[in-house]
Amino acid sequence: MSTDSALLAVLLTIVTASTPLLLAALGELVTERAGVLNLGVEGMMVMGAVAGFAVALTTGSPYLGIVASALAGAALAVPFGFLTLNLVANQVATGLALTLLGLGLSGLIGESFVGQPGVRLAKIHIPGLSDLPFVGPLLFGQDVLVYLALALAVFVSWGVFRTRAGLVLRAVGDNHASAHALGYSVIRVRWLAVLFGGALSGLGGGYLSLAYTPQWIENMTAGRGWIALALVVFSSWLPGRLVIGAYLFGAVTILGFFVQGLGVGVPSQLLSSLPYLVTIAALVAISRKRGGGGDAPACLGRSFVPDR
Amino acid sequence: MTASETTVPNEEGGAGDEFLVEARGIVKRFGAFTANDHVDLGIRPGEIHALLGENGAGKSTLVKMIYGSLQPTEGRFFWKGEAVSISDPNTARRLGIGMVFQHFSLFEALTVAENIALALPGAFDMKALSTRITDLSRDYGLPLEPRAVVADLSVGERQRIEIVRCLIQEPKLLIMDEPTAVLTPQEADQLFLTLERLASEGCAVLYISHRLEEVKRLCHAATILRHGKVVARVDPRAETAASLARLMVGADVHAIRPKHARIGGPPRLFLDKLDLPASGPFSVALEGISLELRAGEILGIAGVAGNGQSEFFDAISGERPVERNSAVVIDGTACGSLGVTERRRLGAAFVPEERLGHGAVPAFPLSENVVLTRHAAYEDSGRNLIGFLDFARARSTAARVSEAYDVRKGKPDPEARSLSGGNLQKFVVGRELDRKPLLLLVNQPTWGVDAGAAALIRQALIDLAADGSAVLMISQDLDEIFEIADRIAVLSRGHLSPAYDAHVMTLEKIGLLMGGAHGGSDRVDEARQLREADGHAL
Repeated sequence: MSTDSALLAVLLTIVTASTPLLLAALGELVTERAGVLNLGVEGMMVMGAVAGFAVALTTGSPYLGIVASALAGAALAVPFGFLTLNLVANQVATGLALTLLGLGLSGLIGESFVGQPGVRLAKIHIPGLSDLPFVGPLLFGQDVLVYLALALAVFVSWGVFRTRAGLVLRAVGDNHASAHALGYSVIRVRWLAVLFGGALSGLGGGYLSLAYTPQWIENMTAGRGWIALALVVFSSWLPGRLVIGAYLFGAVTILGFFVQGLGVGVPSQLLSSLPYLVTIAALVAISRKRGGGGDAPACLGRSFVPDR
Repeated sequence: MTASETTVPNEEGGAGDEFLVEARGIVKRFGAFTANDHVDLGIRPGEIHALLGENGAGKSTLVKMIYGSLQPTEGRFFWKGEAVSISDPNTARRLGIGMVFQHFSLFEALTVAENIALALPGAFDMKALSTRITDLSRDYGLPLEPRAVVADLSVGERQRIEIVRCLIQEPKLLIMDEPTAVLTPQEADQLFLTLERLASEGCAVLYISHRLEEVKRLCHAATILRHGKVVARVDPRAETAASLARLMVGADVHAIRPKHARIGGPPRLFLDKLDLPASGPFSVALEGISLELRAGEILGIAGVAGNGQSEFFDAISGERPVERNSAVVIDGTACGSLGVTERRRLGAAFVPEERLGHGAVPAFPLSENVVLTRHAAYEDSGRNLIGFLDFARARSTAARVSEAYDVRKGKPDPEARSLSGGNLQKFVVGRELDRKPLLLLVNQPTWGVDAGAAALIRQALIDLAADGSAVLMISQDLDEIFEIADRIAVLSRGHLSPAYDAHVMTLEKIGLLMGGAHGGSDRVDEARQLREADGHAL
């Protein structure tokens, strides 16, 4: 029984570690499907984290915190969209700048919140189901964002592959000149994708400060934005694979802690770098398998200027 | 001067309202440059109307305005006699205008059905659409598999998608920009049947082509543009290809002088069962390619795009060295495993298909582009004795090439990308010819180049061979191959047919070889049939 409860504890932490990665990566997947590479995921996540924490603390409602985190992520995506889409700035440089801006700005905003106890997002409880041994807490006793993230994965998968809007999104990412020639507004589609990506990144950050560790710590995203970016490549831009990838990376992170806790004679630095090593290995394996570019949207990272 | 050369507005009566679409006084300026200068054009329902002109004459600009991608600076369009403003492609499509682009506007990562769905308004029902595509494409003799991904399809199939995408919207005017440039003769014939059927159903077709023979054969009327102005409206059926060319160019296109070179001597290029594996999912593997090319000879490699031409080019140029060194022999030296620079040192020169980005670096001035292909092997390379770049010398080489090959440019040493396609092609070919190579490999020497520049380039190739060099020319333009090649071979799915004497080759035979069965006994039988038919296999 005690091994069961230990296993349950590990699985539960894996779910909470995976959810922010899944949320942020889903947003970036949609952005990249439109052909925009936004390297500012880390910055948008950390803004979501601080905004979610602040609003939840001042209003007392973690749900308002969730909304605030999504809005904050989208808000930080606005300058990125304006610079890269309207002013045709370089997407890589702008995205990197966005990460730095987000980290700095969140530190400034969050200064007074450091050390304050936060509001924790409650886990749901369905009488009967949630009380089942083992599977109850695991499947029916998570917080709403866990379910929202999975529902969003289904929604994005359906939206991207089964609707006209998704078709236009993929078309814009594959060949923006042709999409323009057919009369679609490349800039508008990309703006929407960038805002959606920002909102989901913010949500992922909000999850960190509202559910994962309900407190505000400067730079609390700790590189998760970069893992989310790698996950999008890992998933070869498919939402289904993204879910698997996010949970796999969550598991690797947690297993690192767990092994450390068991006192195995492996340096802790090595264990905590495990997710990043796996990221690199996964990227190499995938790019080898498909001989280069893979299924990346053909216009990924390329600026679009409509002709006269 | 014939009567047809005079500019007569609306030859047949001038009742403007009988036109399906009419352009009146269209002017389009880009800054100081006037691309269209008071152009009038009228197309009747059921008419196949040719729009002729050299590169840069303003054809594409005019067509883009009819399709709504560009807006005229002055002038108006009339649709069925009513003034309309075609503000964007959606408006054009709503009016009933469909367009098949020269550079396909397809989405490679999407399926055939998805590509077509993007152009259609209304309900989003992929299943019903797929059925419609299958039926319509079969009906018009342009079979398509709706679920196929575009990236896996041949150029001919891609064009079918574009056409079906237009047809499914039941257009009243279909605009086709250089549609046959990428087709086999048989595919082109099928396309002509489709267009004639459309015309008989009352659809008007605006047909842009450089190929005057097919304009003569297909079109009912022709409007000819020169420097942005309409210079003539003619009935192409009553003209000759030469008279049409004269109207386009404004002067006689100088006829190619035939060469009188003795073919013989040691082989300049010898390929011995050359194999090259495919480099990716969209690449073609070369198998067992053997070839001998002697001094003074021009060998034309025909074939439909995507049958191994670029791989063939890469294997001979050394961009992709092969494992067996003896598979490629240039001027007596085995060099299969050597790279491009070493092969250049052996006296070979290479002109790739894509002039901007492969043949020349877009952002580099011409002089620096001279250095890039000549730095290792030749004089006037722009490299001095101790290895530093000598830009003064590179510039003088660039100037000499520009002078000799009539490269028209705005300033003395412009960036490669600022040149028009035809002028850059003249420069890229001229840069290699200036070295007097023993072997010249050229892929699509006159693709997208106007008649005057094409004639100049072809003449230069002939003159090079006449001086004792060997020329290997890969081309999808059969007229060009017949015009200058001594022998012709066909590349089809990575296999090279035997080379036949040009004067015993016919379009039908080339077509058979292009679509020929491969690998098995069919191919052998076919080759034997061909050989027996003409008794001239070499």
